Amino acid sequence: MPSFTVLVNGRPHTVDVAADTPLLWVLRDAIGLTGTKFGCGMGQCGACTVHLDGKAVRSCMTPVATAAGQHKVTTIEGLATEHGHRLQQAWIEEDVPQCGYCQSGQIMSAAALLTAHPTPTDDDIDRAMSGNICRCGTYGRIRSAIHRASKEA
Amino acid sequence: MTSTVTRRDFLRSSAGASAGLLIALYLPSADRLTKLGNRREAVGLSPNAWLVVGTDDTVTVYLDKSEMGQGVMTALPMILADELDAAWHSVRVEQAPVTAAFIALRHGRLSTGGSTSVRTSWDPMRTAGAAAREMLVTAAAAEWGVDASSCHTESGKVVHAASGRSVTYGAVAAAAGKLAVPAQPRLKQASEFRIIGTRAKRVDTPAKTNGSAGFGIDTRQPGMLVALVKRCPVFGGKVARFDAAKAKAVPGVRHVVQISSGVAVLADGYWPAYKGRDALTVEWDLGPNATVDTAGIWKMFEDRIAQPLAVVRDTGNVAAADPDKTVDAEYRLPFLAHATMEPMNCSAHVRADGCDVWVPTQNQTGALDTAAQITGLSRDQIAVHTTFLGGGFGRRSETDFVSDAVEASKAAGAPVKVIYDRPDDIQHDGYRPAALHRLSAKLDANGWPVAWTHRFVAPSILARYGARAVDKGIDGDAISGTGDDFPYTIPNMHVEYGIAESPVPVWWWRSVGHSSTDFVIESFLDELAAAGGKDPVELRRHLLAESPRRLAVLNLAVEKSGWGTPLPNGHARGIALLDGFGNTIVVQVAEVSVEAQKVRVHRVTCAVDCGMVVNPAIVESQMESAIIYGLSAALMGEITIKDGRVEQSSFHDYPVMRMNEAPKIDVHIIESSEHPGGIGEPGLPPIAPAVANAVFALTKKRVRELPIRLV
Repeated sequence: MPSFTVLVNGRPHTVDVAADTPLLWVLRDAIGLTGTKFGCGMGQCGACTVHLDGKAVRSCMTPVATAAGQHKVTTIEGLATEHGHRLQQAWIEEDVPQCGYCQSGQIMSAAALLTAHPTPTDDDIDRAMSGNICRCGTYGRIRSAIHRASKEA
Repeated sequence: MTSTVTRRDFLRSSAGASAGLLIALYLPSADRLTKLGNRREAVGLSPNAWLVVGTDDTVTVYLDKSEMGQGVMTALPMILADELDAAWHSVRVEQAPVTAAFIALRHGRLSTGGSTSVRTSWDPMRTAGAAAREMLVTAAAAEWGVDASSCHTESGKVVHAASGRSVTYGAVAAAAGKLAVPAQPRLKQASEFRIIGTRAKRVDTPAKTNGSAGFGIDTRQPGMLVALVKRCPVFGGKVARFDAAKAKAVPGVRHVVQISSGVAVLADGYWPAYKGRDALTVEWDLGPNATVDTAGIWKMFEDRIAQPLAVVRDTGNVAAADPDKTVDAEYRLPFLAHATMEPMNCSAHVRADGCDVWVPTQNQTGALDTAAQITGLSRDQIAVHTTFLGGGFGRRSETDFVSDAVEASKAAGAPVKVIYDRPDDIQHDGYRPAALHRLSAKLDANGWPVAWTHRFVAPSILARYGARAVDKGIDGDAISGTGDDFPYTIPNMHVEYGIAESPVPVWWWRSVGHSSTDFVIESFLDELAAAGGKDPVELRRHLLAESPRRLAVLNLAVEKSGWGTPLPNGHARGIALLDGFGNTIVVQVAEVSVEAQKVRVHRVTCAVDCGMVVNPAIVESQMESAIIYGLSAALMGEITIKDGRVEQSSFHDYPVMRMNEAPKIDVHIIESSEHPGGIGEPGLPPIAPAVANAVFALTKKRVRELPIRLV
């Protein structure tokens, strides 16, 4: 097996996995960071969203080879930024999660949105968040929580 | 944290943490859920298995229901803590182990479904809390040498007002623990509730915003292998033979084993297991269903409905009613998959003398018995660990994923986590039964319905449990809302139902029978309103004249939605009602438009009377959740069959509602002193007919098949 060094949440991790292994399974199986979720494996649901160099990507479709080396990977466990903290607080205030399974991905998408658009409109939110499915139907609360986090900036 | 942690360690560490409600989150890698008997040290008072009042002033509530988003981890402790008069911030919640003590408290079955958790826990959990409170008062009064009736409690303390003395629960918990448990403690009046009825924050939210919440799929154990199973694509098919050579050649693949559901590829992680399964060659014996398709299934239903059916209800005399007008209609509902966000999974470690099962399940005793049957071990040698569930919707009441993991672990002699990928999850589900309904009604000269005939057939879920589960050919779940529980008053009614055979496996899906029957009833009622020249609200008010509670919910929804007031051009409203799940009534008004021949739902107004409310924030969330889940089905949900196989595989061909499609939802709760009703499901059934009725109001095109298609 080839060896890759991936910088996750500021720490380098060296893993021996096949080159086509999706980043998702490197995070979950090799490194043990299970906050990033598997939903579909096809980039359709957004549950696996992480940041690669600050941009939201679907880790189930990102081969480890493209995330290794100098790139910076941020997962829900490492979302210690100001945006991240505000979003997590807003999620609590708005009672967003139900089953909670999709919420890591939702928060990672929302954090990337706030970086690009600190005060997003509803249309901005629709564009940034419609790739993240929630089967508990928390969409209205996610929208409110993003607006709340953005106002508190 | 290791499995040797004691209750005392746990309580101490928790008590040392910062103030605020603490929650003992289930960590799949660390088994804290050992038997209660190991950890008696800090147990001051435990009137039953649900509750421990610690000598350190903590109150631990053991949750023996599954948290799948519906809020039981918060709502049930609120019920108990209120009667205990505990300080809410001193309450912590631990997932209950699946042991005899908890099974006995739930009359032999530990499971979560049917929107039953709050309504079946309401009395016993209040009683448990009240009994503990009474024991704490008795112990404190004895210590002070005063009469217990001169003491009261407040927020975790016993108080003797006359002498100004007070003592914390922890300080008298040990003495209280020596007293007999009162069988009939005094329960609070509703006016005395301090926690019930509040918008207490959900205890599971922080863990669900930072990645630490442990779902089943997050289970990690030393030496654990990950397995994917190659399953026969045709329902009922079996493995004829398989060649494991190419699968075993994939680096990281450790075992290839045949299990009941197919051939499992066990590897060091998901990715090698996935590639190994891809490389595996399996020859199938496809069995008798290899040519089944959706059209053939409808033909079977049409043949079945032409035969005699079982009588569900026969009141008045539909034949004798003399109509001014007759209305006939046929309705069809498709099979539906559950598509929980967390795909099905289960982890198991089978050993010679024991077995651990880590599983996101709605059916703990089912998981326990499945593991016992496969391993030959006794119930007390098996530990079932309930994790958080990434959605349930009924799917996780099944035990197929438990069998997979236990069989694979037994075969490999190692801990194994079986994961369904999304196509497995969509194509190997138990489906919401498809159904065929035919209705006929008679209207009198004033346009009011006077006779209602309803005949329908659908595959039966309960029939899987044998003849005893199906009384005189009637599946009690399938007929929900159609018979004696039909919510409207129509003088002459005749209702018949028949079980249709189906090669497609069927299973409970959120709101079960109501998900079909309410669409049919509420849509046909709308047809009758149109045929009789009535406004849909006017007709419902007329038929609910003898049902003041239902009428009140209807009127609230009408008022809050602005029914009858002008809307933007190209918009229209539709309304529907549901009564079910113990004591819950929901009325929804949907406002829709049609854009590019697709229905767009702009706003849903939802009124609900669910009896007494434990936490209004959770009730609102559950209504929103059921509406979105129901809209996904109403607008997009359909499982079709070709060559004995499910044609859909993931979210591109089994689409679900996304944020840009979601309506604005407002929920209005009726204040009530009635016994609580269910809340997880009743918000779902009325949304499809409310939308379909709005589509009719807008386009004059009647929707008689789901999902709604305008072209």
